[in-house]
Amino acid sequence: MKSTLKLIGASTAASVIAMSAAADDPVSLTIVSWGGAYTESQVRAYHEPWMEMNPHVTIINDDGSANALAGLRAQSQAGNVTWDLVDMLPSDAQLACDEGIIMEIDVDEMLAPAPDGTPASEDFLPGSLDGDCFIPQIVYSTVLTIRPGAFPEDNQPSTIADLFDTENFPGRRALQDRPGTNLEWALYADGVAPEDIYDVLATPEGVDRAFAKLDTIKDDIVFWTEGAQAPQLLADGEVVMATGYNGRMFDAIEVEGMDAEIVWDGQVVEWDGWVVPADGQNIDAVMEYLYFATDTQRLADQAQFISYGPARASSAALVGEHADLGIDMAPHMPTAPENYFAPIILDNDFWVDFGDELRERFANWMLQ
Amino acid sequence: MSMPAYYTTKDKVWHYTFRVICFAIFFFLLAPILIMIPLSFNAAPFFTFTREMLTLNPEGFSMRWYEDFLGSASWRRSIQNSFLIGISATIVSTVLGTLAALGLSRSEMPAKGLIMGILISPMIVPLIISAAGMFFFFSSVNLAGTYLGVVLAHAALGTPFVVITVTATLVGFDHSLTRAAANLGASPTRTFFKITMPLILPGVISGALFAFITSFDEIVVVLFVAGPEQRTIPREMWSGIREDISPTILAVATILVLISVALLTVVELLRRRGERLRGMSPG
Amino acid sequence: MAQADASMMDAGQGPARAETEKLVTSDGTPLKRALERAERQRKIAAVGLVAPLLIFLLTVFIWPIAQMMWLSVKNDQIVDALPRTLQELQTWDGQDLPGENVYAALHADMMEDLERDRRDRKTGPMGIRLNYELSAARSAVSRTSRNVDEFEAPYKDAFMDAHRLWGDPALWRVIKREGRPLTASYYVAALDREYAEDGSIVQRDENRRIYVPLFGRTLYLSVVITAMTFLLGFPIAYYMSILPMRQANLLMICVLLPFWTSLLVRTSAWIVLLQQQGVINSGLVAAGIIDDGSRLSMIYNQTGTIVAMTHILLPFMVLPLYSVMRTIPPSYMRAAKSLGATPSTAFRRVYFPQTLPGIGAGGVLVFIISIGYYITPALVGGQSGRMISNEIARHIQQSLNWGLAAALGTMLLVGVLILYWLFNRFVGSDSLKFG
Repeated sequence: MKSTLKLIGASTAASVIAMSAAADDPVSLTIVSWGGAYTESQVRAYHEPWMEMNPHVTIINDDGSANALAGLRAQSQAGNVTWDLVDMLPSDAQLACDEGIIMEIDVDEMLAPAPDGTPASEDFLPGSLDGDCFIPQIVYSTVLTIRPGAFPEDNQPSTIADLFDTENFPGRRALQDRPGTNLEWALYADGVAPEDIYDVLATPEGVDRAFAKLDTIKDDIVFWTEGAQAPQLLADGEVVMATGYNGRMFDAIEVEGMDAEIVWDGQVVEWDGWVVPADGQNIDAVMEYLYFATDTQRLADQAQFISYGPARASSAALVGEHADLGIDMAPHMPTAPENYFAPIILDNDFWVDFGDELRERFANWMLQ
Repeated sequence: MSMPAYYTTKDKVWHYTFRVICFAIFFFLLAPILIMIPLSFNAAPFFTFTREMLTLNPEGFSMRWYEDFLGSASWRRSIQNSFLIGISATIVSTVLGTLAALGLSRSEMPAKGLIMGILISPMIVPLIISAAGMFFFFSSVNLAGTYLGVVLAHAALGTPFVVITVTATLVGFDHSLTRAAANLGASPTRTFFKITMPLILPGVISGALFAFITSFDEIVVVLFVAGPEQRTIPREMWSGIREDISPTILAVATILVLISVALLTVVELLRRRGERLRGMSPG
Repeated sequence: MAQADASMMDAGQGPARAETEKLVTSDGTPLKRALERAERQRKIAAVGLVAPLLIFLLTVFIWPIAQMMWLSVKNDQIVDALPRTLQELQTWDGQDLPGENVYAALHADMMEDLERDRRDRKTGPMGIRLNYELSAARSAVSRTSRNVDEFEAPYKDAFMDAHRLWGDPALWRVIKREGRPLTASYYVAALDREYAEDGSIVQRDENRRIYVPLFGRTLYLSVVITAMTFLLGFPIAYYMSILPMRQANLLMICVLLPFWTSLLVRTSAWIVLLQQQGVINSGLVAAGIIDDGSRLSMIYNQTGTIVAMTHILLPFMVLPLYSVMRTIPPSYMRAAKSLGATPSTAFRRVYFPQTLPGIGAGGVLVFIISIGYYITPALVGGQSGRMISNEIARHIQQSLNWGLAAALGTMLLVGVLILYWLFNRFVGSDSLKFG
């Protein structure tokens, strides 16, 4: 019996080794991202061209970004970092940076200058480089999207205030199951100017005011957790309007042909970008890849596949047509002037500080 | 059961009502599973029966979701992974579980209650807790995101089923047979393979099938412990359901239902064979 | 044969011992010793057979869970980061702001940290730890540590200029309280409580209480699901038990097929059936029972969780019930009736009590499984159908508050183990059978 056991052990081990060995000789990079249309846009804009230029590189996509903090910490504590590059939000990146589990970035040293020679640190949009470890990639926004068919033609929702108006616009609404963006919108709909929102929200009275506003639509809310669920809920007819990431909504509307419309009023603008796990096994290969994948042309290229704005100023002029649909992408960017009339810029520092407390309050509110 | 002649009208009404209730419950059990089978042949990307389907128009049906399933590299990989992990985990848990059951069934075994408690604990502890514990532990010993890690985790979850089914077979086991074999000069190994093994085999096999289905169906531990290379069928379905639920899921589901039917048949046949065998031995 | 077995055992241990003393085996060893040795060898063999699995489970299962539970009290972040500060804080009264000596020690501690390798720095994790107790403490730490090498004495003012919280005794109370290698604070938080200014434990503000209500809801949903499986399981188990074997086996397949079907398959089946564009709603609309605008919301809420989980767990109730009912002789009921009991009395007083072991086994099984359920509530539960497992997963994977996750997990685990222990005591684990 013992020898049988050994045999099993050996054969299991052998098959595991065989699998990793096959991928080992050439470099294999595990890149963690958000999955769905977003990963797809990165694959086409960055991964495929890079692998074509460097046939020895294989890129494995992991759609674990939603749980990336846990993965990074676990791998770092184990001293076995298997991820090479992680796509995450700046607030998560700040936590990981505080823990020392991701690399500090010297922007001008590590990233390409703009084609006209402007150093990277001046080319990336203002505010996007605030963290020490975060390499911005795109500007995205969370927007309200409506199903026009659910409302009479002469009375379509067009503002964030309409999201909170169940009398004139009845039906269920899909909101993300976290306080971020929802509390901002509650205050905005309640008449607070975009630039004052975080000052109000930092006070207990402001928090109460936001929750009181949310209370007014509570019975009509369906919560979503992952980015792809919001357009799905709209497409399935589960809800009449939904908040969601503008890129996902663009994909569902323009590519999948979903009957829906984006409301740009009060769009909540945030960055998304890369972090490099400290002690990754292929740091050199990753840095080479990053230099390429964050240059002006590549960031502009990504906008051909998904409607997120490039994080470099120099990329804006290069944004062209959608690769498959041939439609001009510029008007679909969150940063396009006709869309950027009342943006709320997400304050990451505020959320890292008050996130725990407000999440508890929000969870409590959802439970009631 | 035929109706006795002395039944009053009230009895009769109750007799039929009761049957209607029971069949409604059986319908509740089966209908959700069976309804996916025709829907998986839907030509349209919906979860409802289209007009064409209801009128049995051939245009309403198609194999497109099956083509989708088999044509996708990630689904194919998940099938491979599920079988590789399932079979490896089954081998580990069957061997360890059978040995342990043999030991536990001996009267000399000390601290039986405590040990039995530990051996079946993977079945009692909520999966989320097992998964969380394994996530922390496997990360710290470099097993997170490896095949070996997932196999070990699934083997642990599968062992209670092997231990319980084999122990149950051994309850009816006539120990005098092994003693007789020993008396007649057979070595313990020979006795095991010639006497014990054939008799407990039905229990071992159905335990192994339970262990296999446990691994094959497991998702919580996979979510925590597996990496992108170890994605199994349930893990792929999980993403499918959460992200873009398309009828491809139904095609996968239909195939999985057929696999369950096959496994169920084997287990049922084994159970009957086991009862027959044990029925023949005295004791 | 069993008798022969017993007499052999008696030879070793029983009253026949005195006589066997004089007997010897063929090689001259006294029989008693030879038997004892054989006994010992058999014991070693038995233990040897169990050992591989026992060691395997202790390593990959029990130890990891113990390690996770340890996280719920482990508290080294502040001790590691601020040794000097904690030393100075020992004499602080906890009322007004501490003196310059404490701020100087804090400066020294943070300066030392800057010299460490980035990955080994202690202040970052300390800030995250403090933020669990006091919002904005993280940014107080991180903003300060960025500039701490430019600070000059008096440090008290320098720190208070860097962030307002350094001038707040609340932060210092947290540092002093949590500056110990073990903590109860994760359990305090998991019970929706917090430390008051004077160090006593009080309930949280009502609008921040989440875990106790969530435990309550988990219990409530588990009770409802257990009751539903009982209501649906009892009639069909009874029906199968009065049918001839052949027909009963046929119906048994209806119970076993769902049991053997993938959990995700069954969950997606309910999504297909219950969603707004799903089979049931479309059927109702087509039949004209409801109109297109008022499709029923049966999923992504509690209803979804209850329906799907009842379906998934029903076989766990039916199987033990059926195996108990099969063993109840129908003659009892007939006897009761012939003695003048009405059918309902006979059922209530004679039949039902005999099914209690089956009800107990099925009920506890369903209850234990549902109380720790994760997948189905996550997929079809929406917000109102979420359970405690979902919150544990969130704290592990997203908020990174592993201590709190471990505390919640430990509470859940202890609850389940107590239930199982009760079940074992009153019903016996033998009734756990499959197939």
